[in-house]
Amino acid sequence: MRSFLKRLLGHSSGRIGAFIVCLYLAIALAAWVGITPYDPLKQFRIDRLQGPSAAHWMGTDMFGRDVMSRLMIGIGQSFLVAFSSVGIAALVGTLLGLTAAWFGRLWDGVVMRLMDVLLAFPAILLALLFITVVGPGTFTSILAIAFVYTPIFTRVVRGPALSIRARDFVDAARTFGSSTSYILTRHLMLNLVAPLTVQVTLALAWSLLTESGLSFLGLGTQPPNSSLGLMLADSINLMEMAPWLLIFPGLTVMLGILGFNLLGDALRDLLDPRMRRAAA
Amino acid sequence: MTQLLSVQNLSVGFGRGDNIKPIIRDVSFTLDAGETLAIVGESGSGKSVTALSINRLIDYGGGRILDGRIDFAASNGRALDLATLQENQLERIRGSEIGMIFQEPMTSLNPVVTIGRQIEEVFRLQGKSGSEARTETLQALDRVRIADAARRLSYYPHQLSGGMLQRVMIAMALAASPRLLIADEPTTALDVSVQAQIMALLSELQRETGTGLIFITHDLGLVAGIADRVMVMQAGQVVEQGAADHILDHAQHPYTQHLLKAVPHFTNGNHVREDAPRLAPSAAKACLSVEGLTVRFPATAGLLRRSIGAIHAVESVDFDILPGETLAIVGESGSGKSTTARALLGLVNPTRGTFRADAQQATQSQKPMQMVFQNPYASLNPRLDVQSLLSEPVLAAGQRLTRDIQARMTSLLERVGLPSDSLTRYPHEFSGGQRQRLCIARALMLDPSILVLDEAVSALDVSVQARVLDLLIDLQKERNLAYLFVSHDMAVVERIAHRIAVLYGGQIVEIGEARSVLSNPQHAYTRKLIAAVPTIERRRERFELNTDAVPTLLRPAGYEPPPAEWSTLAQDHLVRIQPAANA
Amino acid sequence: MNYLLRRLVTFPLVMLGVSILVFVAIRLVPGDSITAMLGTEAGLLTPDQRQALAAYFGLDQGWLVQYGKWLSGVVSGDLGLSVTYGKPVLDVILQRFPLTLELAFLSMVIALCCGVPLGVFAATRNGRGSDLGVRIFAMIGQSTPSFVIGLGIIYVLSAGFGILPSMGEYIPFAQDPLGNLSQLILPALTLGLSFTASVTRISRSAMLDVLSDDYVRTARSKGVPKRKVIWRHALPNALIPVVTLSGVEFGYLLGGAVLVEQIFALPGLGRMTLEAILQRDYALVQGAVLFVALNFMIVNLLVDLAYVTLDPRIRLGGRS
Repeated sequence: MRSFLKRLLGHSSGRIGAFIVCLYLAIALAAWVGITPYDPLKQFRIDRLQGPSAAHWMGTDMFGRDVMSRLMIGIGQSFLVAFSSVGIAALVGTLLGLTAAWFGRLWDGVVMRLMDVLLAFPAILLALLFITVVGPGTFTSILAIAFVYTPIFTRVVRGPALSIRARDFVDAARTFGSSTSYILTRHLMLNLVAPLTVQVTLALAWSLLTESGLSFLGLGTQPPNSSLGLMLADSINLMEMAPWLLIFPGLTVMLGILGFNLLGDALRDLLDPRMRRAAA
Repeated sequence: MTQLLSVQNLSVGFGRGDNIKPIIRDVSFTLDAGETLAIVGESGSGKSVTALSINRLIDYGGGRILDGRIDFAASNGRALDLATLQENQLERIRGSEIGMIFQEPMTSLNPVVTIGRQIEEVFRLQGKSGSEARTETLQALDRVRIADAARRLSYYPHQLSGGMLQRVMIAMALAASPRLLIADEPTTALDVSVQAQIMALLSELQRETGTGLIFITHDLGLVAGIADRVMVMQAGQVVEQGAADHILDHAQHPYTQHLLKAVPHFTNGNHVREDAPRLAPSAAKACLSVEGLTVRFPATAGLLRRSIGAIHAVESVDFDILPGETLAIVGESGSGKSTTARALLGLVNPTRGTFRADAQQATQSQKPMQMVFQNPYASLNPRLDVQSLLSEPVLAAGQRLTRDIQARMTSLLERVGLPSDSLTRYPHEFSGGQRQRLCIARALMLDPSILVLDEAVSALDVSVQARVLDLLIDLQKERNLAYLFVSHDMAVVERIAHRIAVLYGGQIVEIGEARSVLSNPQHAYTRKLIAAVPTIERRRERFELNTDAVPTLLRPAGYEPPPAEWSTLAQDHLVRIQPAANA
Repeated sequence: MNYLLRRLVTFPLVMLGVSILVFVAIRLVPGDSITAMLGTEAGLLTPDQRQALAAYFGLDQGWLVQYGKWLSGVVSGDLGLSVTYGKPVLDVILQRFPLTLELAFLSMVIALCCGVPLGVFAATRNGRGSDLGVRIFAMIGQSTPSFVIGLGIIYVLSAGFGILPSMGEYIPFAQDPLGNLSQLILPALTLGLSFTASVTRISRSAMLDVLSDDYVRTARSKGVPKRKVIWRHALPNALIPVVTLSGVEFGYLLGGAVLVEQIFALPGLGRMTLEAILQRDYALVQGAVLFVALNFMIVNLLVDLAYVTLDPRIRLGGRS
């Protein structure tokens, strides 16, 4: 484990990615426990649309709220959505993919056809359909993103699981009479940790992207709560007058996604060089 | 003869900047026109790096020539130092002056281009016009004895067998009549009888064209058949070189002597084991008996997976094995030898037939049969440490990890010759031979009475192979183990087997005592197999060119082969009677 | 051919699954089905009118019957009426579709023309400075949401040059090529940038894989010149992942780039779907989702067709 961390930090994009992700995690944690420069919801009418200054590093918005505090809350909110949705998708997808690969036959057919149906929709559209049914909100965003990403995890797990199943060591285990649960956990899952780690990291990047998109459209986090997408949406009509309202949230979103993408790339290089071909 | 190639003090390294690691050091040799030089060595000896340095393909693998000269006499009479040549000049040398054949014919041809166009490309690079190139391509295919060449031109690589593809590679490498041909383990991935044909083709074409040949191999047996001179490499350095006969008969360097001793000498049954339990007056009763074992796989075709019959992978196989006895199952790929082993271990379901495996003592486990697989890199889960690997069969048998079991692990590891601190280490920390020892230890954890060894030493270097074979023989004597030894390698089989069963097209065609089968083979297929074995004793022998196709195993639904008729040759030697007309 | 045939057979099956999902999804919307069918105006109805309407729409029958009726309507091109537009759903969709199609097409052309050469170039210069430059560009391009790129472009244009992107009705290319392009060039660039980034990355990594394959070494051993090795031997083998990715992305874009259409105020399919969701025009949502899924699957089928032409192993199957 320690040697792996060393290798990750020795990898140039791994180092940068890990740094960004850790920084964002720290900010998200601070926001969750309520450590922000100002109260993100408190409005200071006199300070409306102030540019960046010593008091407000990233300026204030049209209600005089501190942009930096709101950004921190926004990061916390985005991370909450991203981690919960990817967690759910990874769990469900892994379970489906693993059992489909191992039991094969009818179960495999049912699961994979179901996933084909879900994959027949463009991702954002499937999320929109889901939100149509359940109604907008943070919790819906989590479920919608998880729903969209589950088939991808199912595929990511099923492919390698099938090839591991055909490996000699699984045959060896079968000649010993090892139980199915032993083979699934010790032989398959242990060898799936690497591709899953990579996929989880890349999924987090994608999830951040989708969450910001959904809240930009007004379908994710609802005001007065803060989120990166909402802040960007609010900036549209003010961008000429107050460009900091566009620039800071825009950079924040980009940098966060970049961090996870860089980390995911580095993990893929280190854990599974053969996966490069499948990279999207 | 004129000198074609002279390599002096060649050193090649890998890596960038200051971090260059030399892989071969100070290699020097010469080659005359029309001469064959064999470069022999085990994995990691630097023999392939040497070969790839000559036409500088090593540049693309991340290698760099650190020192030395590679003087080559080009066809226009000019002498070139290939070590310092620019890439665009090298492109004119490759193909037209130096041809090359690689180890894996299946992956060495471009999968999306027809073989015709791939050969044609060489002629076009020589500046030939379209129709001219096409005619010559056809001739080139004819020259490597590919029947029906005109039709094959439009085939893609995946539509041809490995042996065919290697012929295409040879046709391509010789297309521009190069003065030098480099063959890098050209037969390693092929079956023995196909290997014999490729060797025959190579030596015949070389005689015809007068090409100089550098033949890279790990197999000293092949060297004897083809080489004029031999160069032995170890760990990136040349340890000995000289005339082939001299090296093979009067090796000076200890490593060469060691290699020659380790390589299994095939002696037509003169050196089989003398401790056959079957010959003992009080022969025990068989611990594994197999009767009528048949494995068929349904074959389907088309969109609706319509059944078109069945693949008869294993057909009515009978044999038994006594405690302490080794039965070798030999055959080529597709003969059903591995399927037989897998059926006995329950990895595939037999269609018909019974088998009974007995534990010798009541104390032994419920699973008297264990298996060791061919590829030691694939048969150990890379994410588990040795302790978990060894405990798996124990846990699977429903036992607990007691102190006794721990003690057993340590003593078994010691017995198979692994360091005592192995328990907490992971498979990647071991070499191929050590991993195979680990697999053997794991198979012995439950104290079985029968070990199924599926090509268990085939993936190992000869010197490692020899030591693992010795270990297997010792373990057999100590524990009175019965071995079912599946192999394609006759020389290895001669060393370990008491009895031999020859499998062909899923059926046993000849079975009996090892000496009798090897020294007096009766079935045509057994003879062919034995004739194809390369050995040090057969010098510059002309391999016979044979283009028999492998029989299809696909039979129409409901097909039942006629019952086998056997003729008894000796007390323990049966041969299947071949139908008069070989339909 | 078998491969393609098999895909053709599963096509209607998956489509059936898609239709069930869409049908059930709309029925799961909280509130009663009349509201779901008619939108907000249903609140004004009297109970009698409701019942009459329920009978008219067949809502008093079982789900299976309802589904059957709906499906037979769909098959004959009847996707229902859009309440917000007061027109058949299919008409609304077909009116919005050309813009989305053109936008998707333009983005893909940009991505393939820039991404593939960039990726190949980077792969042949693996590890050198120019490779690093391409990789950084691709990484940042892939990590920036398209709506952030779009907002950035609008900001730079309006703050820097005082230009505002043209908005309003779609101008068909045949009618006014210049007007059409000036309307679509910025959104196409916006979408094309992320698309190019992905294509560059996948081309580079596929090329790197292929360049270390045995047959590339064989080609070199034949004396094939460097450029020919790359373009004639390696690239055709590296194209499959590129085609897969481009197909998926193009299919996504056919569903409407909701965010970019929103920013540039383009009357495309995506924005229409979003508005339908916000205005609870469920018949339109249902129709749009179904239409997009069908497009997406047709694109996937075309991708399969591309595989078949690219790779003889798929075309001819294994050795038999």
